[in-house]
Amino acid sequence: MSFSVTEPSKRQKWFAGIVVVCYTLITLMPLVWIITTGFKSSPDSIAYPPKVVFTPTVEGYVNLFTTQTRMSPGVITEPRDHLPWYEQIVRKKGNTIVGPSRFSERFFNSVIIGFGSTFFAIVLGTTAAYAFSRFRVPLKDDLLFFILSTRMMPPIAVAIPIFLMFRNLGLNDTHAGMILLYTTVNLSLAVWLINGFIDEIPIEYEEAALIDGYTRFQAFYKVVLPQAATGIASTAIFCLIFAWNEYAFAVLLTSGTAQTAPPFIPTIIGVAGQDWPAVAAGATLFLLPVMVFTIILRRHLLRGITFGAVRK
Amino acid sequence: MKKSVLAFSAGLGMFTASVVAAPTANAEDLTLCWAAWDPANALVELSKDFEAQSGHNMSFEFVPWPNFADRMLNELNSGGKLCDLMIGDSQWIGGAAENGHYIKMNDFFEQEGIDMADFIPATVTGYAEWPKGTPNYWALPAFGDVVGWTYRKDWFERPELQAEFQEKYGRALDAPQTLEELKDVAEFFQGREIDGKTVYGAAIYTERGSEGITMGVTNALYNYGFLYENPEKPYELEGFVNSPEAVAGLEYYKELYDCCTPPGSSDWYMSECIDAFKSGQVALQMNFAFIWPGVESDPNVGGGKSGYFPNPAGPGGHFAQLGGQGISVVAYSDKQDAALEYIKWFAQPEVQKKWWEAGGYSALNAVVEDPGFASSQPYAQTFLDSMAIVKDFWAEPAYASLLLPMQSRIHNYVIAGQGTAQEALDGLVKDWNEVFEDEGLK
Amino acid sequence: MSDHHRSHRPEPGSTALVHRVKGLSDRAIAWLFILPTIVILLAINIFPLIWTIYLSFTNYRVNRPNKAVDFVGLRNYERILSDTDIWITMQATAHFLFWTIFFQVLIGFALAYLINKKFKGNDLLTTIIVLPMMLSPAVVGNFWTFLYQPQIGLFNYVVSFFSGVDPSQFSMIGDVVLAPWAIVIVDTWMWTPFVMLICLAGLRSIPDSIYEAAECDRASKWRQFWTITIPMVLPFLMLAVLFRGIENFKMFDLVVQLTGGGPGSTTELTSINLKREAFEKWRTGYASAYAVILFVTVFGLASIYVKALNRVKDR
Repeated sequence: MSFSVTEPSKRQKWFAGIVVVCYTLITLMPLVWIITTGFKSSPDSIAYPPKVVFTPTVEGYVNLFTTQTRMSPGVITEPRDHLPWYEQIVRKKGNTIVGPSRFSERFFNSVIIGFGSTFFAIVLGTTAAYAFSRFRVPLKDDLLFFILSTRMMPPIAVAIPIFLMFRNLGLNDTHAGMILLYTTVNLSLAVWLINGFIDEIPIEYEEAALIDGYTRFQAFYKVVLPQAATGIASTAIFCLIFAWNEYAFAVLLTSGTAQTAPPFIPTIIGVAGQDWPAVAAGATLFLLPVMVFTIILRRHLLRGITFGAVRK
Repeated sequence: MKKSVLAFSAGLGMFTASVVAAPTANAEDLTLCWAAWDPANALVELSKDFEAQSGHNMSFEFVPWPNFADRMLNELNSGGKLCDLMIGDSQWIGGAAENGHYIKMNDFFEQEGIDMADFIPATVTGYAEWPKGTPNYWALPAFGDVVGWTYRKDWFERPELQAEFQEKYGRALDAPQTLEELKDVAEFFQGREIDGKTVYGAAIYTERGSEGITMGVTNALYNYGFLYENPEKPYELEGFVNSPEAVAGLEYYKELYDCCTPPGSSDWYMSECIDAFKSGQVALQMNFAFIWPGVESDPNVGGGKSGYFPNPAGPGGHFAQLGGQGISVVAYSDKQDAALEYIKWFAQPEVQKKWWEAGGYSALNAVVEDPGFASSQPYAQTFLDSMAIVKDFWAEPAYASLLLPMQSRIHNYVIAGQGTAQEALDGLVKDWNEVFEDEGLK
Repeated sequence: MSDHHRSHRPEPGSTALVHRVKGLSDRAIAWLFILPTIVILLAINIFPLIWTIYLSFTNYRVNRPNKAVDFVGLRNYERILSDTDIWITMQATAHFLFWTIFFQVLIGFALAYLINKKFKGNDLLTTIIVLPMMLSPAVVGNFWTFLYQPQIGLFNYVVSFFSGVDPSQFSMIGDVVLAPWAIVIVDTWMWTPFVMLICLAGLRSIPDSIYEAAECDRASKWRQFWTITIPMVLPFLMLAVLFRGIENFKMFDLVVQLTGGGPGSTTELTSINLKREAFEKWRTGYASAYAVILFVTVFGLASIYVKALNRVKDR
């Protein structure tokens, strides 16, 4: 092996490594705090100084999934002989469970709207991207830019006419409305990213297929799609993460039936006062899938966040 | 969808029992929307009787106070069908009536023999009427509420503190009678060491985002002589909103904030004030009366350790900010009949009595005038005294447009310390005049 | 970096001519594939935009359905542009934009530079560092209010641990002076990895041969850094700034959860202000004019910037 002037020295590597590890630890602290707070009891969560060592409890998770009320003799009449474990936890604080909370519904809304909008954005985005990549489309550059420009507008500004439009169409606070809206917003990302992925597939494959007697559609379906599968899959995850995280539209255009988790989690509140362990529990359940996806995506991350402008 | 959601929560292994709710013949799924707070959870429990009697199924949509108005007015303005029943805030009534969000209740009341004269007058005016002072009803008073104060009786009773206070102020350390006295007490406790912990004077409303600081500052403004408009000439603001008395009231609130509140209490509303009081941080707490049942049963500050008093008088009068809500039927609901059934059930005296026992402030005279009422809870008398002196914010259809500038003008002065009280209120007059001009009222 | 507008791929027209015979014509497929996207964008993006422009000339209010809608000409625009409060929110936005970009570029570049030293495990660390930017800003922002609480919050505790200031003596989101920095800190925490990733791509795009040549010329490391590394990374950096600029101009969720615009109006960014006008005061016409002004600003600034970026790239 010959000596390379560009290879950093061992000392440089050590220094760089230590600094980056320090940064990583600092940047992880809030995330670790979210996860651990979810397993704290209420008093532990607001203890001073902040508690690093504590007895873990699932109280926060029980609070997250239930609606509770303070036990008052006038109301609690029927004896509950067989108390399940979660009721026992709640009773210890002098409360009783009156029913499930809305969290699981909101989480489920996030799943439905996230996957629904991702599906449509990918289907439409893939076909459009293929056409942009392979055909001579009039005004192609303008159209591509136009598609991108939809992402530059502040969501609040976009939401004003959408609110009116949805109201007239009865789409406010519906799954269909939110899927439609997120599909539109995600389309720009899907078209740009997938366009880039398809551009990278050598056109010769298709030409060969066409010569073999495939129709154009078959060539698209049987040759291009499999080749672009990884790219499309990572694009889909990006779309999903966007829909999953989106807040502004959700808070303005949904109020209950179709409300997703991001506007809901900050409004989780205890029997009296802010219930931080429950909020942290909800945040943990909500953030973990994205963390996993991020790790899966790491090879395509750069491309996804820059609309395909930067590729490794 | 609904089914799968329930299955989902059941899958989490928690509520297998609640999934199987057998529907009866014409059973409806009613959704009631309210703020997420103690009384709402009590109502869930109370409503189980209604479910059993009527066969209807109740679900609830509760939103915390800081987001409540935002979310629900958005829902109403979008013509949404989420809520069949709405326990909407008192100030919404004008807009909800004029824009047809709520259905009018007069016929229903007549038919069912529900008489508004049976309810506390202030709540009827505050929660049900639009235009105010006319017998046009859009809601049934559901939850009486008013700003009052909670104090640490156990601290007040300590002989050494009493002696020190007596020496310093020349009077006994007791629940304050005037706003000035309140400030003295708060100042007395501010920064004091009690049981090895530093404590502070008072927890007061300072929240910026929704209505918090307005609901707090009005308790000082009213009592120094602030008026919303010329009593003789509606919508004339100059010299009433920004009168020298009003300026003094606003200055008082800022002084109270500056001298006697816990550090970092710059964006506090109901829940933050509760937390501060329950954790033993403060001697006094401003809050709506709804918290009192919770304070009384709290392991740290309940069981006689806390006392209650109405908002103290000021040089210009004796008032307290009205809270509380009426229950209405949303005009966009497809299940109005079932929703009215719920109101009919709720209006029954027995149910109202149970409501009070569960921690809900009934507005029914029969409940509050019961001889045993005042002594039924340590805070019952204070509640009655407070309800007698209530005053509310604008309930105009343009209420939100009036509230927002008040929030920012007051917060800018009291919390951020920008400008003077006079400038803040002059600015408010300008903002409000603009709103009324836009509304074509001026 | 690639550029779609000038990609050097053979134009597929020739093959299309040969194989038009089977199935749908290429032209038909092209339209079939593109049309749904165009239609949906027209319906959900362009039509509403035109509607917004129309509304901006009226006094329409969503919450007053029974009120007559009048055409008010340019009055909404006049009111906005002459309103001093709106300039205050613009200043808050500018402060936020400038400092978030400043810190993110500084830290992001430094991190990328260090990671590019290719020490063992740098891949794993990069993945971990990137996590915050993928998370929901609303959910994370909400939790940061907890971290920022005086006394009990982790942030105050950590600061107090290192500085000795009593953690109950300052409130990051409650103090007029500190609040604008509180939002800068959280945004920097979330988005530094974004700048870092792009810088890393830039650093890795520099061929070793350039450094080797410089080494032969006996250029010092310092000189190499300024004459090779920086100019080569600059287009990437500018792209990162463009993305962050647009994103933070739109900023709503994170800040609304953190401070709600307070204390007073110190962190009331334009999006938050617009939301108050449009969805709390329900002054739809006025808010529409506001929205149009924001569109014009974003597009104007972005196009000027893109021109500059292209000039740097072409150099």
